[in-house]
Amino acid sequence: MARTLINAPSAARRGEVIEIRATIGHPMETGFRAGEDGKVLPRNIIQTFSCRYNGELVFSAELFSAVSANPYIAFHTVATESGTLVLSWEGDNGFSQAESIQLAVTA
Amino acid sequence: MTQPMHPPALPRRRHILAGATGLAMGVLLRPASAAAGDLAVAVATYTRGAPVRAGKVKLDIAELVDNGNVVPITVTVDSPMTAADHVKSIAVFNEKNPQRDVARFTLGPRAGKASVSTRIRLATSQQLVAVAQMSDGSYWSHTVNVIVTLAACIEGEP
Repeated sequence: MARTLINAPSAARRGEVIEIRATIGHPMETGFRAGEDGKVLPRNIIQTFSCRYNGELVFSAELFSAVSANPYIAFHTVATESGTLVLSWEGDNGFSQAESIQLAVTA
Repeated sequence: MTQPMHPPALPRRRHILAGATGLAMGVLLRPASAAAGDLAVAVATYTRGAPVRAGKVKLDIAELVDNGNVVPITVTVDSPMTAADHVKSIAVFNEKNPQRDVARFTLGPRAGKASVSTRIRLATSQQLVAVAQMSDGSYWSHTVNVIVTLAACIEGEP
């Protein structure tokens, strides 16, 4: 399991736009670099990131080799109702990880 | 790279700036390179040939990048983000990395605000383009030129 760092408010008013910032520990090996033996290192990147708010997809991203190691993504969503936001990352070599955060929405 | 690589230990800021200016000049003087054509093709592929207008999009990035391995970028699009009028997707393209694509983001009215940030790699001084697709099917873009003093992935570059 890769380490993740997620920064999001735990509570918000209904209709408020909240910012979610997420980082995950991952080398994001580009597939263009040569290793110590001169051979090109195989690509190992996170290809997709998504955020589901109570099951509904609110944001997703497709990442390429040009995204830095330990990819950081910040985005916004509207607080509509209390519930769970599931952030998931998927990538090469079957990489898959999901983290959930709780959001309490007040009227 | 046609320019000789200066070691990163150049003593004074003036020298670094001079080197950076020289690099920028080299980019300007180079005849219409294949890379620039690639960039246009990548954007056209993304928009499926639809016209792209400049405006509405703001690609926020440092003009002078010290470290090409980690370059923070923020793309903000001027949009009310309502069900009737919102940003559907945002894509970022580069001119001279080994691959034209940088990242693509899919948004919707649930995003509330059309602003995304990430950190990217830049192989050399180059042009970056952010393109946004609106819910009415129009495409808007913002092009930025950046100067990179320490490049990412020097090893693998031809």
